[in-house]
Amino acid sequence: MWEYTDKVKEHFFNPRNVGEIEHPDGVGEVGSLACGDALKLTFKLDEDGKIKDAKFKTFGCASAIATSSVLTELIKGMTIDEAAKVTNKDIADYLGGRPEQKMHCSVMGREALEAAIENYRGGGKKKHELEGKVICTCFGVTENEIERVIRENDLTTVEQVTNYCKAGGGCGGCQGEIEEILEEIQGDKAGQVYETAPRWAGRLTNIQKIQLIQQTINEQIRPALRAHGGNIELIDVEGDKVIVAFRGMCAQCMLTELTMKDVVEAKLREFVSESLFVEEETDSSQQPHQHRG
Amino acid sequence: MKTIYFDNNATTKVAEEVLEEMRPLFCELYGNPSSMHTFGGQIGRRIRKAREQVAALLGCDPSEVIFTSCGTESDNAAIKGTLAALPDKRKVITSRVEHPAVLQVCRSLENHGYTVVEIPVDKHGRLDLDELERQIDDDTALVTVMYANNETGVVFPVEKIAEMTAGKAAAFHTDAVQAIGKIPLNLAKSRIDLLSISGHKLHAPKGVGVLYVRKGTRLQPFMLGGHQEAGRRAGTENVPSIIGLGKACELAGKNIKQENQRVKCLRDKLETAILAKCPDCRLNGDKDNRLPNTSNISFEYIEGEAILLMLDKFGICASSGSACTSGSLEPSHVLRAMGVPFTAAHGSIRFSLSRYNTEEEVDYTIEKMPEIVNKLRELSPFVPK
Repeated sequence: MWEYTDKVKEHFFNPRNVGEIEHPDGVGEVGSLACGDALKLTFKLDEDGKIKDAKFKTFGCASAIATSSVLTELIKGMTIDEAAKVTNKDIADYLGGRPEQKMHCSVMGREALEAAIENYRGGGKKKHELEGKVICTCFGVTENEIERVIRENDLTTVEQVTNYCKAGGGCGGCQGEIEEILEEIQGDKAGQVYETAPRWAGRLTNIQKIQLIQQTINEQIRPALRAHGGNIELIDVEGDKVIVAFRGMCAQCMLTELTMKDVVEAKLREFVSESLFVEEETDSSQQPHQHRG
Repeated sequence: MKTIYFDNNATTKVAEEVLEEMRPLFCELYGNPSSMHTFGGQIGRRIRKAREQVAALLGCDPSEVIFTSCGTESDNAAIKGTLAALPDKRKVITSRVEHPAVLQVCRSLENHGYTVVEIPVDKHGRLDLDELERQIDDDTALVTVMYANNETGVVFPVEKIAEMTAGKAAAFHTDAVQAIGKIPLNLAKSRIDLLSISGHKLHAPKGVGVLYVRKGTRLQPFMLGGHQEAGRRAGTENVPSIIGLGKACELAGKNIKQENQRVKCLRDKLETAILAKCPDCRLNGDKDNRLPNTSNISFEYIEGEAILLMLDKFGICASSGSACTSGSLEPSHVLRAMGVPFTAAHGSIRFSLSRYNTEEEVDYTIEKMPEIVNKLRELSPFVPK
């Protein structure tokens, strides 16, 4: 069981400001059923431009619900400019901290607030429009979003970023990019996330190369795909061409061509040889149901 | 506040009779059964009795019972020990809905050159037997399929699978951790080669398990370093827990008909009432082939952990298939394998009963459940207006 603070429990069992305001000045909706949590925030302003009323509806765990409740309490009485400055840390601190794995709930609260403010300023645009490049395609997290959680919470590892905004927690394909963002912002502070296996010095014999490719798939690639309900099989190696087949969820995934191949290729280049390139076995991709999920 | 314990697939209360049986073995009869003196030697007789009690419940010979430290050890020993004894065969067949104690062991084998095939299930959680039969070939060392699923309670036709496997000269192992004591087993008439049991699921203490190994089954020992368990599992016996497990098996044998019928009635009452009183919920798993004590229900639009916390406030203990932790937000692999949509998988709750539950507890839960569901749905943005 999660170790929730009394404040989290109190707001979970007695949530404030549940509901939806009719004819609101701002609406923010974030998350989805598939993600496991979602929040709809509405607010209304008074004549002085201060938030007079705020209400929420939330799907999610106790932490998500408590966060939403606190968010509405926090922003009441604030001007839009003041509310725009609220960070996920403010929300988490108000609740007396929480397990690291639940930090994304406070980020979701801040995102919904941001979306609602944007909606107000944009004169009623209905959707929270994603800004910037999408880095994590599994959870739809943008570059701006990742940068923001890193700066606001002084994060240094990919794992922390995943805990705060989910990015990198699905197929894991974007973890390299997240690491780059971390390095850009934190410089030397960015944690060493990947084990830096020594690059093979000198020329590899064919047998060494194939063994190293298989080892890299086993240790570096398969676990990430497994977490996502997929799998990978090494079919053959012809010179620098590595032929693989994707199984299970990965075989049916629309993104296979775009992301999986790139992830595998990047890992193989990192751990085996820069000159490798990956191709998907054509036969098996036409029959995705392999019972090997 | 009274605790209402509906999480018996996670662990169970140690039966008072079991504790009584164990009590003298801590401070009075604390000898080592391997010792040469009478003081230690007398413990050996008690272990023999416990072995007979386990064998009686399983319908097997006492020599086929190996005591281990838990169900997970039994699973590991069965899988790795079989493969070590059959070094020429490189294929393992299992199901997608196994407990991690089997699934993760199998998946780790992939990294050692084994082909691992995971047989899918249908939307009711039933195994694709035709596919299973097709997959068993000459290269297959082991088929390992659970007896009953821990999350849904769905019972697999393991006797039939054992027959299929025996015809193809592969070993068959079943993780019977959830089935034991809940449904009758008779290994004398079966072709099952290896079977795992955990003590704490049937009112014995934690930290003891059994691996049944049918006579003639080739198995390399998993733990080395002693002659205990006829050299098949080294390590000084966990004497009090073994004695406790023996007693628990005896009690389970006595209770398996009448008590389980009563548990089934309670479970059915709980399940039927919840499904009737809460709109937009569904039962997960094959209604007909199920353990008598388990019910897995999905509540649309709300999340499992929130439901658990609300139940907890009323002293009701249950569990959820969905674990809400950061990015790796995976609802239960069992429900996913059954094709239960995300919307329902996130809000799934498992109630698992035991012979210690009462009708009042069921009635109280039936009264509270709609309240909880309604309260959380009021908060949910997904409930259709």
